Amino acid sequence: MLTLTKTDHGGLAYIEGPMTIHNALDLKNQFMDTLNSGQNLELNLAAVTEIDAAGLQLLIMAKQQQILTHHELTLVSHSTAVLEAIETMGLISWFNDPVVIIRQ
Amino acid sequence: MDEFEQVLGLYISESRELLDEMESLLLNLEHEENQTESLNGIFRAAHTIKGSAGIFSLDDVVHFTHGVESLLDKMRDGKISSNSELTSLLLDCKDHISLLIDNVEYKTALTEPDDLNGRALLQTLIIVVKQGGTDGPEEYASVNTQLTKTEPVEREDSPQVQSDNWHISVRFHPDSFRFGMDPLAILRYLATLGSIESITTLFPNLPRASEMDPETCYLGYEINFKSQANKLDIEGAFDFIRDDSQVHILPPCSRVSDFIALIESLPEQDIQLGEILVQSGSLTPNELEYALGLQRQLKSQSIEVPLGTIVVNNGLTQQPVLESAIAKQNQMRDGKTKEIQSVRVDADKLDQLINLVGELVIAGAGSSLHAHSSGDRILIESFSMLTRLVEEVRDAALQLRMVQIGATFTRFQRVVRDVAKELGKDIELVITGAETELDKTVVEKISDPLMHLIRNSMDHGIEAPDVRIEKQKDPKGRLTLNAYHDSGMIVIEVSDDGAGLNYEKILKKAQEKGLIPEGESLDVHEVNNLIFEPGFSTADAVTNLSGRGVGMDVVKRNITALRGTVEVQSILGQGATFSIRLPLTLAIIDGFLVEIEKSSFVIPLNMVLECVELNEANSDISPSSQQSYINLRGEVLPFIRLRRLFNLGGRPPKRENVIVISYLGNKVGLAVDKLVGEFQTVIKPLGNIFSHIQGISGSTVLGSGEVALILDVPNLVQKILTTESAKALYSQA
Repeated sequence: MLTLTKTDHGGLAYIEGPMTIHNALDLKNQFMDTLNSGQNLELNLAAVTEIDAAGLQLLIMAKQQQILTHHELTLVSHSTAVLEAIETMGLISWFNDPVVIIRQ
Repeated sequence: MDEFEQVLGLYISESRELLDEMESLLLNLEHEENQTESLNGIFRAAHTIKGSAGIFSLDDVVHFTHGVESLLDKMRDGKISSNSELTSLLLDCKDHISLLIDNVEYKTALTEPDDLNGRALLQTLIIVVKQGGTDGPEEYASVNTQLTKTEPVEREDSPQVQSDNWHISVRFHPDSFRFGMDPLAILRYLATLGSIESITTLFPNLPRASEMDPETCYLGYEINFKSQANKLDIEGAFDFIRDDSQVHILPPCSRVSDFIALIESLPEQDIQLGEILVQSGSLTPNELEYALGLQRQLKSQSIEVPLGTIVVNNGLTQQPVLESAIAKQNQMRDGKTKEIQSVRVDADKLDQLINLVGELVIAGAGSSLHAHSSGDRILIESFSMLTRLVEEVRDAALQLRMVQIGATFTRFQRVVRDVAKELGKDIELVITGAETELDKTVVEKISDPLMHLIRNSMDHGIEAPDVRIEKQKDPKGRLTLNAYHDSGMIVIEVSDDGAGLNYEKILKKAQEKGLIPEGESLDVHEVNNLIFEPGFSTADAVTNLSGRGVGMDVVKRNITALRGTVEVQSILGQGATFSIRLPLTLAIIDGFLVEIEKSSFVIPLNMVLECVELNEANSDISPSSQQSYINLRGEVLPFIRLRRLFNLGGRPPKRENVIVISYLGNKVGLAVDKLVGEFQTVIKPLGNIFSHIQGISGSTVLGSGEVALILDVPNLVQKILTTESAKALYSQA
């Protein structure tokens, strides 16, 4: 479930619950609305309970789309599940967000 | 012919080319200061032959060539330095490979002696390699040359990569998510088997957000994986997706060639993928450079690379590692690709084309005649255009058959080397005019006579080194092969700086054999050319090379069959030169059309000098006599009446014409009724029944459908000059 609030500097999005293949379609539609607003986005992932490759793929898509439209996408407050997944896929440096490295 | 046979045929002809190249490089090796490039070339040739043989599972070829390659490898590394014996060994090996290739082509097995010879060669190779190479980590080359045939020889030629981790490459099927697969879960499982040292997630196909389907998987992985698990266990991690997705698992210390195969099989661009491999630690930058180099090399030789696979990325030049040596190698490779940019065409197809062009020339000439007789100026004009084009097509078509004689000449390097060794002489072969072109059919047929002349010159012509020193000559004999074009003919010369022909000896022998009637006096030139008579040999000792009295006459017969001539010029003590004159092509000539009593004749245009009118004032003529003389600007010119010669009957017209022809510097005239003009002639050989007819060399069809005979000018000139009266006159002059 994705909710979006507007701030002075752009959008502030908040994702709650799982990000998996089961709700990927819904999430994508919600992402599209957010992305179409054409602004810098800050995406708070603190409440993401579960994420799989399909969920990660959505994050990749969002990041690419923002790059394409010359906006920023910043992922903040990664939940443990998200951080572990991103690290497993070796995408930390690709997202280039400030994160706490869990293991060496 | 099925596809396999076709590809195999390609391999065979390619191998032969490579073997030729190998031979010439080997022969050069002895004279070169810096052998690195030649050795590399030889190695590459052997390597390519071996590699491709592996594809066709020609185990014998692979096995033997591998032995050769091991030696070459050591030589390349400088562990074994080349010398004359090694070159001989390698030349023998090259011959054996040729033999193996021949057997592949004819689907036969080696004869027992050949087989034994091959084994012996291989043993020698192994011994040489063992003695020369210091035992070290690179010993794998010689270890594998043992005489067992079961070893996986295809795999050992590529060096190992340094990394001792597994490399796993995965491209998920788009429907992986829908099948319930989670790529993340697979990674997690993999992590339980070992440690993922590095991972790169790829999504080059991920579309823009609007087109992206969240339920489709666009992901791929390149993983550097450290594990003690066996391959089966690691494969187990991908069991559920292996059927649909692309999974490549390379074990630790894989061959670089395996990485090439991986790079080739994946959709991403080579260089990008290569860099990922380097980043993930599976390949070092040097290994990548080597791999890409090797891949290019394979490509430039159009081997092993499936059509339409990844094009080598131009971005490679950005690689900072390009040293000058590599740059140079690349240049050579480019040169190679350029050479190979030719199309192989069946000789039959080419012949058919030439035939059709021949017919086109005839039809064109016919139509042109009709156009002229119709008097329609526009038609005539358009026909002259057409004729010009047809002429160009003819020339271009003939050009297709033209090959440089250089390849034939180069082949004799080996012969000269071997024969010189056998004879205990030191002989150097000098080649000039290698780029002279002539018809392929002529090239093929000239090889044997040339071989004979060369052997003859080496055996009889060039003296043994001690004799040469005595005569104050360079102990190193010199044999020269030369070729050049001369008035529509190609001249091939074989000269030596040996003893020359012994006039006295030949004369004596000729008289013994009764070749010269008593009292007949011959000049030096004529005597020398007696050696082309059947059964003539002055060699004191019959060697196994020449001197058995068969040969020179066979040489002459072969060359005559090609409408050519051979003669010898000799200076006693200084050497002899054999000159072969051959027509450039056997198919079409420019002719000069003449008429006598409704019969048409064609004279090869390149032999026609001029035409003069025959009248009482300038000639000694009685119309009945067959041969007379005219006064050509103060010169006596013997001429012959073709009407009389060919018994055509009828009465000569008021004004006869004389065509002055020249052959080998002799000028004679031919008297005809009417001059028609230049005419492109497609030579149709006469049937066997007419082979005994003198003075006619072939026939052709005119545009009108009539047949015209082509005059055999050399024969006619001979005929005119040998007539008694002509002789008398010439000796006076």
